[in-house]
Amino acid sequence: MPKQAKPDQQPDGCEDILMSLHDLALRFRGQTNDVIDRISLTVKRGEVLCVVGESGCGKSVTAMALMGLLPTEFAKISSGILGIQATRLDLSKVTMPTAMRGNDIAMIFQEPMTSLNPSFTIGNQIIEAILQHSAGSRTDAQARALHMLQRVGIANPEQRLSEFPHQLSGGMRQRVMIAMALANDPKILIADEPTTALDVTIQAQILDLIRDLSDETGMGTIMITHDLGVVAEIADTVAVMYGGQVVERGAVAEVFNDPQHPYTIGLMSAMPQLDKPGGKLATVPGTVPSVANMPEGCRFRTRCVFATQRCQVRPPLSNTTQGHDVACHYAPIEANLSVAL
Amino acid sequence: MTNTALASEPVLTAKTENRVWKKFRSHKSAMVGGVLVAFFILIAIAAPILPIPDPAATDWGAVRKAPSLAHWMGTDEIGRDVLSRMIWGAQASLLAGVVSVSIAIAIGVPLGLIAGFFGGWSDAVISRCTEALLAAPFLILAIALAAFLGPSLTNAMIAIGISATPIFIRLTRGEVINVKSEDYVDSARAIGLPTPRILSRYILPNVLPPILVQATLTIATAIIAEAALSFLGLGQQPPDPSWGSMLNTAKNFLNQAPWMALWPGISIFLVVLGFNLLGDGLRDALDPREH
Repeated sequence: MPKQAKPDQQPDGCEDILMSLHDLALRFRGQTNDVIDRISLTVKRGEVLCVVGESGCGKSVTAMALMGLLPTEFAKISSGILGIQATRLDLSKVTMPTAMRGNDIAMIFQEPMTSLNPSFTIGNQIIEAILQHSAGSRTDAQARALHMLQRVGIANPEQRLSEFPHQLSGGMRQRVMIAMALANDPKILIADEPTTALDVTIQAQILDLIRDLSDETGMGTIMITHDLGVVAEIADTVAVMYGGQVVERGAVAEVFNDPQHPYTIGLMSAMPQLDKPGGKLATVPGTVPSVANMPEGCRFRTRCVFATQRCQVRPPLSNTTQGHDVACHYAPIEANLSVAL
Repeated sequence: MTNTALASEPVLTAKTENRVWKKFRSHKSAMVGGVLVAFFILIAIAAPILPIPDPAATDWGAVRKAPSLAHWMGTDEIGRDVLSRMIWGAQASLLAGVVSVSIAIAIGVPLGLIAGFFGGWSDAVISRCTEALLAAPFLILAIALAAFLGPSLTNAMIAIGISATPIFIRLTRGEVINVKSEDYVDSARAIGLPTPRILSRYILPNVLPPILVQATLTIATAIIAEAALSFLGLGQQPPDPSWGSMLNTAKNFLNQAPWMALWPGISIFLVVLGFNLLGDGLRDALDPREH
């Protein structure tokens, strides 16, 4: 399916915002630096927000923190307000109640092979998820489960309901996971690298499916990925994370065509392109520092070719153009630097 | 929706259904174990309907008679039929094995679940108690408990059950810690299932296979323990038959009537061997690494 960056009908329409996360910060026990350093995200109705970044930048931890799935003995959330429609949760004080999990906000995981309970049938698990959040009868739930399997494009849904996870392929299991996650009509779906473990053709099918369901139901989707190809395929908006901070966010076309943060620029130029002659790909020098060694201020400055004294102060995430925010003192970069990129 | 349905693809149906059973059947020693265990269970269940004399009926005209057509396994020091006592004794032995292991599972598995799943102080308390119990040798602990509770088959079963409990606590705890980090547990929490449901539907069923194997092996240990307790007079009380107490009497007549010791000895050996082979076979058949 062709990517289409959907224009915002109501750029400032608050009622259109399904979920907002404000200033999430958390650290792992025994560490002195925040793993997630005050990040904010919003998701509008029908929007697919892709959170991209390399391994260890805090994408998955953010998702787990949102869902209240981080074990408290390992992680301490020091701030963060999660708003889902009218509900406000202070994540530093409360974890998401089980009544909301799976009902308002659902999550699918990276590994479809291990995300289903091997001891029970597919039908059993979907029905359990439905009955957890609705008062309906088991027969209704069964009908709903069947409907959900059809909706995610599984052939022979009646038969599949009575099968065990090991009898299904990886792609099918991921479809089942999606069916289960969407069975209660959540307002937000968090997909944590849902296609990483699948081969490319299945990958495209699953992405299409998520895109379609998002358009159809108006649910917001937060897609976590390290694959810029996936972003181009599915995203409306993208948030680029580095070292536990959001360094750039905006409409996908904006960010891809006119990246402003030096890290995003590095990522884009590191992507092989079919229409350009081959050769050495550009790289971002260095590696991500460990959490304990994160520099003060801009966390990218130790690897940034443009870094100066000024970067020891953390740059705010601010507008360069409408709907395109960058956390860099030198954005917009063309205007401030005469260095040829 | 633009999405095309996946073509129905062949799935492993009939084959996977019987995977465990097939593997078990191809395991020769496991089958031998299974047959041995099945044999003893059968005669223990059938004891009341088998055409055998009353195990407590004495016959002063046939004291310590060697095996013959009238008494296939001979008679004991007060003329009781050894075959009949063997069969009724099988009931006591198997009952002791099964009941004591059931007690151990009923106490050990929930405690192991709690310790493994919740961790923290509950784990600390339960694990320290487990270690304290494990520090005492199994049989010594069982003897001490049985002596404390008073000699009877029921008390022997309780004593053996309690002595076997720490094995199950430790095993369950370890398995729970493994399973709790599985993705499907996270996904159950993401669906919004409450903790008790996660424990009963996502954790417990997936830690059962190793517990089942351990239970089979522990039944063998428990049967030996029951025989030992009865041998010492702390288990089944006379005149009710038990292999252990039969051995105890038989030791006084090893020269005159060796069959009195032979049959219970062989039976204990065979039934324990049977349960051990069965347990090993189950372990191989249920091992997920070999699937």
